[in-house]
Amino acid sequence: MAMRRDAVASSRRGVWLAWAVQVLLVLAVVAGAVWVVHHALEVLRARGVRSGFDFLTEPAGFSISEGWLDFDASQPFWRAFLAGLINTVRAAVPAAIFSVVLGTLIGIGRLAPHVLLRGICTAYVELLRNVPLLVQLLMLAFAMANLLPDPTEPVHLLPGVWLSKGGLSVPWPVAAEGGWWPTHFEWPERGNFGVSGGAALSPEYVTIVAGLTFYSAAFVAEIVRAGILSVSQGQVLAGQALGLSSGQQLRIVILPQALRVIVPSLTNQLLSLTKNSSLAVAVGYPELVSVANTTIGSNGRAFECIAIIMAVYLLLSLLISFGMNRYNARVALRGWR
Amino acid sequence: MNTRFRPALLAAASVIAFAAAAPAFAGKTLDAVKQRGTVKCGVTNGVAGFSAPDTQGNWSGLDVDTCRAIAAAVLGDGKKVDFVPLNSQQRFSALQAGEIDILARNTTWTLTRDASLGFNFTTITYYDGQGFLVPKKLKVTSAKQLKNATICTQSGTTNEKNVSDYFRAQGIPVKTVVFESFEASFKAFFSGRCQAFTTDASALAGLRNKEAPNPDDYVILPELISKEPLAPLVRRGDDEWFAIAKWVPNALIEAEEAGVTQANADELKANSKDPAQQRLVGTGEDLGKLLGLDKEWSFRAIKAVGNYGEMFERNVGPKSVLKLPRGSNNLWSKGGLIYAPPVR
Repeated sequence: MAMRRDAVASSRRGVWLAWAVQVLLVLAVVAGAVWVVHHALEVLRARGVRSGFDFLTEPAGFSISEGWLDFDASQPFWRAFLAGLINTVRAAVPAAIFSVVLGTLIGIGRLAPHVLLRGICTAYVELLRNVPLLVQLLMLAFAMANLLPDPTEPVHLLPGVWLSKGGLSVPWPVAAEGGWWPTHFEWPERGNFGVSGGAALSPEYVTIVAGLTFYSAAFVAEIVRAGILSVSQGQVLAGQALGLSSGQQLRIVILPQALRVIVPSLTNQLLSLTKNSSLAVAVGYPELVSVANTTIGSNGRAFECIAIIMAVYLLLSLLISFGMNRYNARVALRGWR
Repeated sequence: MNTRFRPALLAAASVIAFAAAAPAFAGKTLDAVKQRGTVKCGVTNGVAGFSAPDTQGNWSGLDVDTCRAIAAAVLGDGKKVDFVPLNSQQRFSALQAGEIDILARNTTWTLTRDASLGFNFTTITYYDGQGFLVPKKLKVTSAKQLKNATICTQSGTTNEKNVSDYFRAQGIPVKTVVFESFEASFKAFFSGRCQAFTTDASALAGLRNKEAPNPDDYVILPELISKEPLAPLVRRGDDEWFAIAKWVPNALIEAEEAGVTQANADELKANSKDPAQQRLVGTGEDLGKLLGLDKEWSFRAIKAVGNYGEMFERNVGPKSVLKLPRGSNNLWSKGGLIYAPPVR
């Protein structure tokens, strides 16, 4: 009995020690980072370079033309960064959802008995994952710029729906002056310079969401394929023995078990998708990095702006990791309910 | 690593490196340049007339010539320049970090940049203003008719902010599409994504001539919405180097006034009796020693690139693809704004 109590105590001591070491390590890293930043800012100041984060409350002086957060030039820099961050999320979240759906379908297709289907899916994966994302984005942007009609000659797809190089415009519910709740629809109207009003998906937004989706789907497909292959053949035979159709086998037997392998790799994929959204700056979509670039150009606070970019992507990555790890804990042992 | 961050991270890393080494180079740029044997000159990735490489990698342009003139004055050879292409976002950290000795990259002199980035602007080498390029078929004759139009521009420039300011003051709503690279922004415009393109008027002229599918399909609107005095800049805290970077361009302007050219400099050196010319070709009083240079500093600069007027003609004026009128960039004595304090 006495021995067992000793063992418990010593294992508690071990846990405590492990925690202490980790906390100390984190403190050391944070202190090191703070020292480097502090020292750099000090020296910049000594050399006559104004530094610090005080600029965040000053008016930005530039405007951001699209996104969920209205932003005009008289508003402060911090709000510009917030609008940029929201635009990053606005691109990354739909791209993540679409790429998981598309990637899963292609991953399953890679293992299909049908030769043509399998070939198409294999070709998709090999093509998309071997061409740099930036090149794909520029190609998409180029295609849209050349294939869509001019903004002054938009195509009328449906009542209130217009398509042109200016983007896709649709009717959108808006609130009356000063109100919070939508009271009526605003319809896009054709004007001198193309369509205005309503809600518009800009070509830049479509480019970045589609580009991220197509690119990430190739990687998701491989992850899904590996996950399915990791489920032992006996499980399939068992499913057949129970008289399940092949669709049922996939849905009820294989995918739930494959998720254990899929989810951790998928987490990495979503992290990289989110970070890759920063390439949107190359195709003119005003996300976080674009806002930071503009800010650096206007006040030269490169150090501070890059610190903000790093902090924001770190935060986003930690949030994704946290969410995906929670999900992983749920599916790891029990499968997909 | 994400490629998008690489330039930014390099900039950040160099700021840290520079921070660690900072006290070492105050006042030492001239020594460093002499020891290295080249002037490191920050330029654009390619803006016709100001700094652009040809197919052999030879740089030319007004900003390029300013650097060559400085190299000729300091090192005796206008070819001893390392050109460092920088985009709008990289340029300031590159200078702060000491990666370049001078930034000659059609950069607008503003209070913020002058007073808060640790820089000194030298001599204005081009008086520019921001304008708009629009397709002729829109039948727009004034920027005030651009209500609800979409305007393409480049991020990280004064242009982006000026557009906001101008249309806000006019109460005219417009949309901007902002690209990271200059090339992406004008390509988007020429593909029809935007109804107008905005940048400095000098660059608009070059774009229309070089990049437009058909130059006659586009017009530059009459409004210039900003003042864009373009000047090279150097780091603060090195007054010796600042003086050289200021007085070499001034000497080229003075040379135009005094009638000293690339072609007649040798002859004037042998025969001129005009004190103003003698000072410039190195036969008069020795002004070079005041700058830490020798007596023939300005003679070599003029021999390397010609006087200001010649530089202008060759790069942006009638003899170039841009064919810009002299306008504000004429000498003060001929109705322009180009004015150098006396070289004496």
